[in-house]
Amino acid sequence: MARREQAYDDIPGTFVFDAERAREGYPINTFCMSLMKDENRKAFKADEAGYIKQFHMTPDQEKAILTRDYNRMLELGANIYFTAKLGATDGHSFQHLAAVMTGNTQQAYADMMLAGGRNVDKNRSTTGMNTPVSLSDDVFAAGAAKPKAKAKPAAKAKVAKAGAAKAKSKTKAKASAKKSSPKSKSSKKRK
Amino acid sequence: MAKIIAGVGSSHVPAIGAAIDNNRTEEPYWKRVFSGFEKSKEWFTKTKPDVAIIVYNDHASAFSTDLIPTFALGAATEFPPADEGWGPRPVPVVQGHPQLASHIAQSVILDEFDLTVCNKMEVDHGMTVPMNLVMGKKNPDEHWPCPVIPLAVNVVMFPPPTGHRCLMLGKAIRRAVESYPEDLRVVIFGTGGLSHQISGPRAGLINSKWDKNFLDNLTKDPVKLSKIPHIDYMREAGAEGIEMVMWLIMRGALGDNVEEVYRFYTVPASNTAVGHIIMETRDKPKPSARKSSARKKPAASKRAVVAKSKAKAKPRRAAAAAKKVDRVRS
Ligand SMILES: [Fe+2]
Repeated sequence: MARREQAYDDIPGTFVFDAERAREGYPINTFCMSLMKDENRKAFKADEAGYIKQFHMTPDQEKAILTRDYNRMLELGANIYFTAKLGATDGHSFQHLAAVMTGNTQQAYADMMLAGGRNVDKNRSTTGMNTPVSLSDDVFAAGAAKPKAKAKPAAKAKVAKAGAAKAKSKTKAKASAKKSSPKSKSSKKRK
Repeated sequence: MAKIIAGVGSSHVPAIGAAIDNNRTEEPYWKRVFSGFEKSKEWFTKTKPDVAIIVYNDHASAFSTDLIPTFALGAATEFPPADEGWGPRPVPVVQGHPQLASHIAQSVILDEFDLTVCNKMEVDHGMTVPMNLVMGKKNPDEHWPCPVIPLAVNVVMFPPPTGHRCLMLGKAIRRAVESYPEDLRVVIFGTGGLSHQISGPRAGLINSKWDKNFLDNLTKDPVKLSKIPHIDYMREAGAEGIEMVMWLIMRGALGDNVEEVYRFYTVPASNTAVGHIIMETRDKPKPSARKSSARKKPAASKRAVVAKSKAKAKPRRAAAAAKKVDRVRS
């Protein structure tokens, strides 16, 4: 059965490890867990294809592991805390894996983090839900600290504008969430 | 009667643990992170709680995907550090508080929160990193300053418990603690977050605006926070940023009257925005003698830090917090 569509499928570059993926990925995550033991790490390194047979994965899952396609593993039900153990078995740091998953060199990834990380703007949705919601919203912040907002008329104007934008986007967001996914699947690749 | 006297929120980035274990805390990159916890260590030493309840999550260390309990309370006498693939962290075995833990389990289950009780459990960086940050570095042959009750929350498999459920569980924990006969002063930790994503092509996501608003509303309007749907956390604060719901258990356990006494925020530690807050519970001011009672109650020597922070006017503290954010961002 094909994977059920979920409201969060439109978050770009993200494979949410939900209950369905946890079920599908159980063999991969169990395999990764086995790498906590040194004797298993050695057995895996000695014969990768042979070692993973005992976990009864799908051919796609096996291929993703043997080719170290970390994003594909996530898509097929692996979870990052588990695949990190495979990375560690290969001698890779976590930031190395992050760089691989984002298609960056490790240096470029580390530089991005030092510069404040990946900006959330334009990274919220593949289906147009790119307006900040709740806590990211200026309205929310200003509402929480009213006395200060009064002192800065400029900030207030900005807030009002953002408020209008939010009201609009809310209805739009709802509509697009309903239609959502066929499109979002093809546009899953970020940027 | 036991009493929850304070709440601590703290990120639990594994790389912070590695920096401590490998003596790299003086390197500029890490010093930026650790300097934000110097005050917290002082605070903890002065506050000297009898027990700490630590809300955290396991990261494929003690729990595989064989069993995925939503809330798992540790009632064992001790909790050894888990082997996370590089051997167990060189920290002391965590001593539990089985009596209070089983009392809490009994109380909150009858309060309709269906906890899993763990009488054997190893604990990973999710718990020991915040302990190091606030209680200091400890070698395996030393002791942690107080017994700890771990509360492991599933935030790895979606869906984790809702923010509302977390806030309510916190309230139930407060009721449980307050019905424990022994006079114990309890501090509760909420750990994880703040914004971060470590999986997939969107890894590296940080949203400082979100984080700051989250910290602001922990004291101001936790009910508002408890209404944030999961999808907003994932969209705005990263797929793994959803760990922040655990802070709401801590917040729920503090009751209505809290005062923020310390805050720290910096980006990044490895892939994560580091957030930290300390809130102390306050007795409800008497409606008649409002000013005098609220000011004078925490006069005991142990509350020195509080008194100091209280002296500062609120807007000024908010401004200072904002400034701190700016400074560490650059
Ligand atoms: Fe975590």
